[in-house]
Amino acid sequence: MKKLLTILNASAVLLAATATVALAADKMPAVVFDMGGKFDKSFNQGVYDGVEKFRKETGMKYREFEVKNPTQREQAVRKMAQRGSDPVLGVGFAQASAIEKGAKAFPDTRFAIIDMVVMQPNVQSIVFKEHEGSFLVGVLAAMASKTGKVGFVGGMDIPLIRRFECGYIHGVKHAMASATVYANMTGTTPSAWNDPTKGAELAKSQFDRGADVIFAAAGGTGIGVYQAAKDNGKYAIGVDSNQNHLHPGTMLTSMLKRVDVAAYNTFKSASDGSWKSGIQVLGLKEGGIDWALDEHNRDLITPAMKAAVDKAKADIIAGKIMVHDYMSDNKCPK
Amino acid sequence: MRTKQKMPPQMANGSAKLPTWVDIGLLPLINVALAFVVSGLLIATLGQDPFEATWIMLRGAFGYEESLGYTFYYTTNFIFTGLAVAVAFHGGLFNIGGEGQAYIGGLGVAIACLALDQYLPFGLLLPICVLAAALFGAGWAFIPAYLQAKRGSHVVITTIMFNFIAASLMVYLLVNVVIKPGQMSPESREFASSAWLPYMHEALAWFGWEVAQSPLNLSLIGALVCCVLVWGLIWHTRWGYEIRAVGANAEAAVYAGISPSKIIILAMCISGALSGFVGINELMGVQHRLLLDFAAGYGFTGIAVSLMGRNHPVGIILAGLLFGALYQGGAELAFENSAFSPDLIVVIQGLVVLFSGALSYMLRGPMERLYLRLRPPPPPPIASVEA
Repeated sequence: MKKLLTILNASAVLLAATATVALAADKMPAVVFDMGGKFDKSFNQGVYDGVEKFRKETGMKYREFEVKNPTQREQAVRKMAQRGSDPVLGVGFAQASAIEKGAKAFPDTRFAIIDMVVMQPNVQSIVFKEHEGSFLVGVLAAMASKTGKVGFVGGMDIPLIRRFECGYIHGVKHAMASATVYANMTGTTPSAWNDPTKGAELAKSQFDRGADVIFAAAGGTGIGVYQAAKDNGKYAIGVDSNQNHLHPGTMLTSMLKRVDVAAYNTFKSASDGSWKSGIQVLGLKEGGIDWALDEHNRDLITPAMKAAVDKAKADIIAGKIMVHDYMSDNKCPK
Repeated sequence: MRTKQKMPPQMANGSAKLPTWVDIGLLPLINVALAFVVSGLLIATLGQDPFEATWIMLRGAFGYEESLGYTFYYTTNFIFTGLAVAVAFHGGLFNIGGEGQAYIGGLGVAIACLALDQYLPFGLLLPICVLAAALFGAGWAFIPAYLQAKRGSHVVITTIMFNFIAASLMVYLLVNVVIKPGQMSPESREFASSAWLPYMHEALAWFGWEVAQSPLNLSLIGALVCCVLVWGLIWHTRWGYEIRAVGANAEAAVYAGISPSKIIILAMCISGALSGFVGINELMGVQHRLLLDFAAGYGFTGIAVSLMGRNHPVGIILAGLLFGALYQGGAELAFENSAFSPDLIVVIQGLVVLFSGALSYMLRGPMERLYLRLRPPPPPPIASVEA
């Protein structure tokens, strides 16, 4: 009986293996970049890095398309599915309705979307726990601060950025309950993602009020915040990708949101058969969120700070610290 | 009172020496062919096969039902914005504000749909939305028109500025006012289905003709109706005559008892209304919600479409078809071969605009000489010598 089972198991594995090979041979993964384009030095480019890594490692090619107008989102998603691409990855929340329609029209094709949830049986929705990473850099900010005052500069005032802000405040207070956090949003329009001048102004005003560490979650606006920090001899914290190299000595750390890892994992898991539909929440535990420590900021992070942030990270992963998610109730408890 | 915009008389009226079919048929074709030759050289320098690329673009634009649907869907937008530019152009005005007028026209459509889609059936909602698109588009063109007519502020400058104002206004409204609560993307809620213009594949299915799904919708018919109306307006009504008179010579028009300032405002408002209809195609036809950037440059492309179509509805339909094919064929090219980035496709489109718009008179002189040599004015038949 046991032997029979083993044989059955072996043949099942073999079957699965051949199925995967067949899949790999005729199904090419596809990615649909959004309007920023794949070289936007931010979100889309992160995805591009991830799928490029997949291509280099596996040698599998992928189809890609950069949309230029809103109608092309749905066209591109459908077209990729029609050509037999699998899985089809949509980049960013703006593609949610295109992915949803595509998933309904092509129930046998696997879809994935980053930064948004689409409830369809053949869609993998990848969202990040930005609040967890923000908590960690909040801990570092509070410990690096000499004045007990730290700052936050957000980009466009959308719930996602308030999630960053809320996690950061939570982390700061966790490390130093008496600390003061100044928080400003750059604006209410997409131009707030790319306004370094205003970023610098907001940073200077926070420095004038006594802050000496500022976390910027503001896309291109952050460049102005980091420059202001350097000019004033204060600290800044980067976001999304590792920005420590921008101003070594000024950049305390960066909060990492690994969209590249997410894109890579989607393609990788689809090619080896471990792909699952449903919501994938990537946080500290899954390696989707982290903080950056490299040769550019090693001198700024004291052993005590590292110990504290490592402990906080372990506690969050273990569930001992629950970081509040702003988007769960649109509130940030003080 | 206003700065006169210089315009060669042929632009609106055709060449004196060349027959019409050469002027509006052959010349543009040669110009487009030249643009493709240069694009081909460019593609060849990038190490790609230009013939294969052309074939992919052609097949991608016209090769199968779905691609035809997309081509015609883009054409619909270009007919609206092309006609808009043409009407203003006949009045001697260069309306570069089609982008903003289309954007604001869409706002009108969205307000009407969001306010009334729960209460009214499609049959009642459609005329209201069409009216709203026209009113909002015309309203956005009215202010630059008024400033041009009464204050002499150049309409080129003001309409460009109004594009930026329209973009900022829409962002403000979408982020703060009409955004569906609890979502990240700045979009309104989806319109109820009573506000959806039937797709062409749905409409044809009523008659038992099954075609592939595409964003093409009944706005195309509206666009063709607008072509007929604009043709009638410009060449067969008193308003049209007055618009053309002011466009040809505003000072002389005064002596004919025409008020140029009134005509400037009239032409610009008609122009803005036509641009506003892009909102019908985009929002009621395809997106079914208000979202950022749905105008996506259609207003600007309309300038090229109108110039290429010699400001005549028939020419605009053909030029709109060409640009629709470039948009859709270009997208297809990017799908097929990732060596063709969207930027390269913009370059190809730019070359078409360069040759058929900016350089459209480069070949006119040689063509005229060639034509006169091939067919000398006295009619005796000597064509057999050439053959």
